[in-house]
Amino acid sequence: MDRARLDGPAAAPIDYLLHLADNAMVLGQRNAEWCGHGPVLEEDIAMANMSLDLIGQARLLYQHAAALTGSGTTEDSLAYFRDAGQFRNYMLLELPHHGPLAGTAAADRDYATTIARNFLYSALMLLVWESLQESKDPQLAAIAAKSLKETRYHLRHARDWLVRLGDGTPESHARMQAALDHLMPYTQEFWTPSPPEAEAMSGGTGVDTRLLREAWEAEVDAALAEATLQRPRPGGYVPRGKEGLHSEHLSYLLAEMQGLARQHPGALW
Amino acid sequence: MTADISAKQLPSPGEGRDGEGSSQLGPLAGASAGREWPLWEVFIRSKQGLEHKHCGSLHAADARQALQMARDVYTRRQEGVSIWVVPSTLITASEPDDKAEFFEPAGDKIYRHPSFYDIPDEVGHM
Repeated sequence: MDRARLDGPAAAPIDYLLHLADNAMVLGQRNAEWCGHGPVLEEDIAMANMSLDLIGQARLLYQHAAALTGSGTTEDSLAYFRDAGQFRNYMLLELPHHGPLAGTAAADRDYATTIARNFLYSALMLLVWESLQESKDPQLAAIAAKSLKETRYHLRHARDWLVRLGDGTPESHARMQAALDHLMPYTQEFWTPSPPEAEAMSGGTGVDTRLLREAWEAEVDAALAEATLQRPRPGGYVPRGKEGLHSEHLSYLLAEMQGLARQHPGALW
Repeated sequence: MTADISAKQLPSPGEGRDGEGSSQLGPLAGASAGREWPLWEVFIRSKQGLEHKHCGSLHAADARQALQMARDVYTRRQEGVSIWVVPSTLITASEPDDKAEFFEPAGDKIYRHPSFYDIPDEVGHM
């Protein structure tokens, strides 16, 4: 550890890169479900754009992790040939676009859930990417600088809708509040460092999210106030998706995402 | 798109808290039934371009949202460095019926083109 603290470039722990990559990959895949099903044409395109931003971030991180892993590992083998238990994303990001009691059909998707999740996650990632620009891993710092610009827009988009729907009609308000009540407990996972995160922090390649919490809370509280939404009471189950303990939803998401690559390994367009 | 056009009836901030009941149009098509998002005309200035050019239109609840949607719909392929949005209702257009009196008289005024003058290089773009 002490040697890692010395100045000079270093490589981030592979599992830390996979945590960041899986976050982007899983949310990108989840949000892409809206492609062709968006509430209006303009919003459909906006959501697909942001999904592609996230998948692009995931690719850069997977490429970096694959190069560090060596022995034939590629971005594709990381994205398509790991099972759910090997994914290190926040559980928040794999949940479907609806509350716990809704059906799973496309018609059951709830845009308020999509917006609440995008808001909570992009508010965190804005701070994470800002900090990671100073990472001792130069490649990660460069990825952070690129992702930061994209995330600024994602946050702007999600916050805008959060306020419109929260401070909108009685129905949009109620749905936004329900989505927030459902998703907020999952954010507790943001603040409990996993072993790879701890290793990245002590090596100077990663960020301690606990130091970002105050700024995140302030952003969330300000947006909720503007949206006339109530902050749910803290507490509840603390998920451990980033340690590979996932909900049932991730397997279904991965089955869809990985099916083609697994049925036709090495296939090219 | 599976959502039909009526799904454009969406809430805006502060609107209709004591609203008019709800519809079954989908997640966003809330209580403001009968109200449509207004239409906006979008103008984009490209990197090399000197002026904003009209590139299309879109529906949005207000100017801020129209700007963001224009960004997503019309600048995905690096088309622009600046966007204007204008409510379509604010545009006054010439009538097709007026075409003869409006435009045809200019047809034989060739001397109005500045092609009979030498423009000094220092003048630059005209």
